[in-house]
Amino acid sequence: MDIPYTTAEHPETRLYNGKLGIWLFLASEVLLFGAFFSTYILLRVGAGGNWPVQAELLNIPLATVNTVILITSSVTMVMAWASLKMERFGRFQLYFGATIALALAFLVIKGFEYGAEFSHHRYPKTNTFLAIYFTMTGLHGVHILAGVVVNLYHLATARRWYRDDKVRLANRIEIAGLYWHFVDLVWIFLFPVLYLI
Amino acid sequence: MAHAGTADHAAHSHGDHPPEPFWRKYLFSTDHKTIGIQYGLTALVFLFFGFCLVMIMRYSIAYPGSPLPLLGGLLNLPEPGAIPPEFYNQLGAMHGTIMVFLGVVPLAVGAFGNYFVPLQVGAPDMAFPKLNMTSYWMYFIGGVVMLISFFVPGGAAKSGWTSYAPLSVIETVGQTWWLIGMIFLITSSLLGSINIITTIVQLRAPGLAYMRMPFFVWAQLITSFLLLLAFPPLEAAGVLQLLDRVAGTSFFLPSGLVISGEPLEVSGGGSALLWQHLFWFLAHPEVYVLILPAFGVIAEVIANNTRKPLWGYKSLVYAALFMGFMSFIVWAHHMFLTGMGTVVSSFFQLTTMIISVPSIIILTALILSLWGGSIRFTAPMKFALAFIPMFGIGGLTGLPLGLASADIYLHDTYYVIGHFHYVVAPGSLFGLFAGIYYWYPKVTGRRMSERLASWHFWPSLIFMNGVFFPMFIQGMAGVSRRLYDGGATYAHAQDVLWLNEVMSFSAWGLGLAQIFFIVNFIISLRKPKEAEDNPWEATTLEWAAPSPPLPHVNFREPVAVTRPPYDYSPAGAKAGFLPQNTPAGTGPEPAGAAPSGAGH
Repeated sequence: MDIPYTTAEHPETRLYNGKLGIWLFLASEVLLFGAFFSTYILLRVGAGGNWPVQAELLNIPLATVNTVILITSSVTMVMAWASLKMERFGRFQLYFGATIALALAFLVIKGFEYGAEFSHHRYPKTNTFLAIYFTMTGLHGVHILAGVVVNLYHLATARRWYRDDKVRLANRIEIAGLYWHFVDLVWIFLFPVLYLI
Repeated sequence: MAHAGTADHAAHSHGDHPPEPFWRKYLFSTDHKTIGIQYGLTALVFLFFGFCLVMIMRYSIAYPGSPLPLLGGLLNLPEPGAIPPEFYNQLGAMHGTIMVFLGVVPLAVGAFGNYFVPLQVGAPDMAFPKLNMTSYWMYFIGGVVMLISFFVPGGAAKSGWTSYAPLSVIETVGQTWWLIGMIFLITSSLLGSINIITTIVQLRAPGLAYMRMPFFVWAQLITSFLLLLAFPPLEAAGVLQLLDRVAGTSFFLPSGLVISGEPLEVSGGGSALLWQHLFWFLAHPEVYVLILPAFGVIAEVIANNTRKPLWGYKSLVYAALFMGFMSFIVWAHHMFLTGMGTVVSSFFQLTTMIISVPSIIILTALILSLWGGSIRFTAPMKFALAFIPMFGIGGLTGLPLGLASADIYLHDTYYVIGHFHYVVAPGSLFGLFAGIYYWYPKVTGRRMSERLASWHFWPSLIFMNGVFFPMFIQGMAGVSRRLYDGGATYAHAQDVLWLNEVMSFSAWGLGLAQIFFIVNFIISLRKPKEAEDNPWEATTLEWAAPSPPLPHVNFREPVAVTRPPYDYSPAGAKAGFLPQNTPAGTGPEPAGAAPSGAGH
């Protein structure tokens, strides 16, 4: 007896197991990042006038470019999934590959930003703002990296899955996409909070 | 493994799985039953280890400064062989950590949840078997990291299981190991809770509506939500504290911190209270994680041994749901001493008073379930019956702690230790013991000895009260709960100092009583297999499977549910009980989707 609803939708919940699983995982991720955002607020409120002017320490143009890159990667992710649903495998590979490339571009730009901070001798231990900045963007970067690794795995195995079980492959890409949109969304919050206000 | 192999052969004819090699079958199995057993055995070992730590602590409390007999040489204690305060602090911190995160939760959720949730919902396995295996091994690694931390320079963590900053940030390297261990344990419970929720939501057998689920399944569902949503903030806090320790940040270090007369070389600007908020945001739901699965087990055992439906099944479910929700907004009642301000204190005082209501509803429903039943005093039932008043003491003594004005006096005293341990020791642990005695026949196909169970039960009950009740007396006298000498040099403690010996001897007696359990657990394995499916004449689905259930498929054929969970002594039926999967049309129509229970 195989485990029910691994691929097919449950008639009541309209979800397959993996989709419910990723939603639950994302719920816990909301709480994880929520704790970091709460920490940020508490520290900043607690600091009173001692909080540095954030924009002076960070590179807003680069971060803006990164924001555009991540949003674009979310769009290509949706297109990759839609291509699978339309059974156009070549287009799927193109869009999915583009998603991974954009994610890598994001990480490279982030690396330049970190490098610039270090060259000015600004480290996590320098002050509490830089500490929370490096922690939150670092954790977000780890999430991006994890997404890249998983997506590369999907890209490498996609042809075999496409041949054996198209629905399952589309499901996997949908799950990867939900995760990706979440990581994107976290950045949408991080950008204004850390750079702009 | 030869005979085990033949027994499995029949099973494999049901599934399409090829025979598995040893390592796949017992070590890296994806079968929820094997993983459940792995969790259970590991957790029992950790429970025993954590208990040993406290038995050593109790020697220092009763006889401070005296050389520790027997173990003194083994532990390589400095002259004169007595327990030094630093070592006492390690024992205390690790006792709490091990009992909560490596003992009770893995046993309640990892073992019982893993093994019986799929069975009780009629599923062939958990929704994500590989994730399940990963979850166990994350837990295992976390446990090993915690154990290794005893051997690093300066020893294990010694800032209490709560790891309050800034003390924890400036402590020796054992604290870093503690944090790394916790991150593994948090990841493990995250994976486990996703798995349990998905299993319950998606894999329920046909006909098993939510309001027909056994209360144990409800308890596991709510527990898993608490784990899923409460642990991430502690993970965040753990990461922040780790950075404070290794990267030189100051998240929890306020400006101008002076240690031993030396100003600390950090940027400062952090908040020590922030750690407490993040920690208790997890740790208050965590105490409901400790107790809810025990409620679930007790409900199963009581319904089965009173031979009647649970009284107020719906109230139990709604109370547990409400309790789960409320548990997220009471955390700061652990922090009345920190001077948060009266407005904040009043809010948390109010929510704390409110959350006692669902606990009382659950306890009341369980007591009323006994009314008019023909009670079978089996081993699991003895533990269940003892659970009710013991948890009652634990719960009611918590009320003064929920009121800020009383808490300020009681908070740093033994009263808190007494309250908490009444909830988790003769509370949660008795629930879990009841579960072990109740489900042992399902897991092994053999029953445990009732006589040895009695010898385990009575001394355990007496000695647990001997350990924990005097704590209330000492606490109300004002004895601080953090003294390695048990208050010998403390003016307030002198009148109640004699109780230290009473408690210590009770703790050691409690340790001896567990020998009967260990012996029973092991020798019962060697009995001939009874191979009964349903030795307790129970109604829930796990008893429809063979004992033990078939590898990877559980049931001989797919099950369908037609009846409420506890259809004992049904009106108009010849049988004394109707299992949930009774074929439709063979018994009287069930009264409704949920059992009323009050009609008897």
